[in-house]
Amino acid sequence: MNDMRIMERKVDTKEVKIAAKDVQVYYGDNHAIKDVSVEIEDKTVTAFIGPSGCGKSTFLRCINRMNDTIDICRVTGDIMIDGEDIYNPKVDPVQLRAKVGMVFQKPNPFPKSIYDNVAYGPKIHGLAKNKADLDNIVENSLRRGAIWDEVKDRLHAPGTGLSGGQQQRLCIARAIATEPEVLLMDEPCSALDPIATAQVEELIDDLRKSYSVVIVTHSMQQAARVSQKTAFFHLGHLVEYGETTTIFTNPVDPRTESYITGRIG
Amino acid sequence: MPFTWLVLILITIATVGFITGRNRALRSAGGDSRDLHSLPVYYGSNVAMWAIVPAAIVLIIWMLAQPFFVNSRVLGTLPDTMVSEGSSIGLVMSDVRRVADGLDTAVEQAAMTREEAASISTETSDVRELLGEVGVALGSNVSPEVLQGAQLYRALNATSSTIMTVVVLLIALGGAAYSYSRSNAQFRARNTVERGILALLIAAASVAILTTIGILFALLFNTIEFFKLYPAADFFFGTNWAPSFSGRGGASDLGVLPLLWGTFYISFIALLVAVPIGLFSAIYLSEYAGPKVRGIAKPLIEILAGIPTIVYGLFALLTVGPLLASMIGKDTLGWMQGGTAVMTAGLVMGIMLIPFVSSLSDDIINAVPQAMRDGSYGLGATKSETIRQVILPAALPGIVGAILLAASRAIGETMIVVLGAGAAARLSLNPFEAMTTITAKIVSQLTGDADFASPEALVAFALGMTLFVLTLGLNVFALYIVRKYREQYD
Repeated sequence: MNDMRIMERKVDTKEVKIAAKDVQVYYGDNHAIKDVSVEIEDKTVTAFIGPSGCGKSTFLRCINRMNDTIDICRVTGDIMIDGEDIYNPKVDPVQLRAKVGMVFQKPNPFPKSIYDNVAYGPKIHGLAKNKADLDNIVENSLRRGAIWDEVKDRLHAPGTGLSGGQQQRLCIARAIATEPEVLLMDEPCSALDPIATAQVEELIDDLRKSYSVVIVTHSMQQAARVSQKTAFFHLGHLVEYGETTTIFTNPVDPRTESYITGRIG
Repeated sequence: MPFTWLVLILITIATVGFITGRNRALRSAGGDSRDLHSLPVYYGSNVAMWAIVPAAIVLIIWMLAQPFFVNSRVLGTLPDTMVSEGSSIGLVMSDVRRVADGLDTAVEQAAMTREEAASISTETSDVRELLGEVGVALGSNVSPEVLQGAQLYRALNATSSTIMTVVVLLIALGGAAYSYSRSNAQFRARNTVERGILALLIAAASVAILTTIGILFALLFNTIEFFKLYPAADFFFGTNWAPSFSGRGGASDLGVLPLLWGTFYISFIALLVAVPIGLFSAIYLSEYAGPKVRGIAKPLIEILAGIPTIVYGLFALLTVGPLLASMIGKDTLGWMQGGTAVMTAGLVMGIMLIPFVSSLSDDIINAVPQAMRDGSYGLGATKSETIRQVILPAALPGIVGAILLAASRAIGETMIVVLGAGAAARLSLNPFEAMTTITAKIVSQLTGDADFASPEALVAFALGMTLFVLTLGLNVFALYIVRKYREQYD
């Protein structure tokens, strides 16, 4: 049965969405990411796994240039999205982030109503022609965030009043509302209970139909459950990258095997 | 025995108690401090505490009570006729005290002996001349009753002081002996000292609170006194402020409204200046400025808060006022008659308030979690969009609190008004006219030579009370808002 699914996934492979080549990241004098080259496919869930401090979150934040907001952070190398270098001086990081959405480790709804949380992105990017259009975007995003049924009667209640799992799905809906092409998720389930985690994972699997999803996770079970491709980071290096099933059943690098079997980490 | 000696002896008892108590505890443990319940220093501190604290409390209470007791005893001996021929009982008592002080001085300078001072009488010698010789000038001849009163006053004070010294020393020794006897290995000295420290902290807090209550009551009683002399309705609803210092009572108009209006108008202009500048500089410093700029600019702005307000007053009087007058005064637009105006004081006060608004807002903006910024940037928002739509709404309650605190400073400000806004109490909408505030008028009512019991002077307390209620209300409101805000993110 499992083998059957692997075959199916192999057929699914799509064109390359994000291509990183020789990426180096420095925090001050600390060399956090070393020579990372990776090709992330479209309409695929790619998981980054590795022990704490291995650089997986840092690399994720390079993809939408969130590291720009940290003064001491310096990035070299090329990261291409759809063949365009995102670190080209001509690229506006603000526009880039609208195209590359991000969901954070801790749910961070704005202290606004649920409706305003989702409408925030479309409003600042002028995606809605009128109020009805905006209502539509909000409803669709909340539906795709799998939270519509829970909040449709209280759209104007504050987003901070929801439970942790609901808040995280609201944040995902908020990220979807700007119609990104890539969705980056930085340990989106680490602050959630198992039930909320299951809901979010289901949602991630669903999002794969339209987006390229990159997820950083500490849970190897989660990576195995939701991703098609897995990258293992260790001490700033990308150790191994490949099909999730291959990584988990038949890793090439001894370090990957040690991590997966729980000997390092 | 002089007071200083008493204190020195108390300290000596405490020091000796400390050393002996510590040693006794150590001896009881056979010299091994590990067998003690507490560290040796706690046993010493315990003895010192018992020696000094009860004695000091009794000393303070005694010194507070002694003048009341002596005064009432002396007053009891003065015949009623004395009071009716003088203007008031207080005047007679102050005569008594003066003569008593004079006798003290005379004894000190060896012009008479202790016994002479106690037995001297108006029949045998001229007390006024005698005291004049030692440098104590008296306004009139000393009556026999006053002299006897003074002698009784001295005698009572002397006796009381002697008893006090003995009682205090006994209590100190008793306390030291009691706690010394308890200094053994099993005694939990550490816990006792801990309770003593708790009591000390509570006492410190109580001093602040009791002082506030005391000030409030002083204001309250004098305000009531004022309202006995002047109708409250005229004070609260009167639109004319015209105190007369020559006449008494009804000749003055003491309506608070023009002053209240001046206070609000000047504060309003000050906030109009301070809030945008302060808020924008806070946003720049917390969101845009790099650590280097921030490290230099923030202290520089906070220097503004350290400038004494009288200096701002000078700035208003000598720089801003003439500058405004030359810009829009008689020669150009003709809006301003002189340099002193609501606008002058308001502008300068606004500059004074900038650091309050900016430094508080800066802290509040920094307290907005980084996750909010990340979330907004992650959606492709620019910096100013993030600030306008996410950070400021999140920080708004705190910023409102900061503004209200600045407003209560503005309402209480005096020197800038005195020098910058003029002294005319006026109900006018024109910001280029001279006006005045409650605080400035309190100063001018009390620095005149009015009789202190007249409504013209007592009105200062009613004004002070009004101001107190206003700023207290604003502060409570501001704290309420700030606290409500804090609950959101902790």
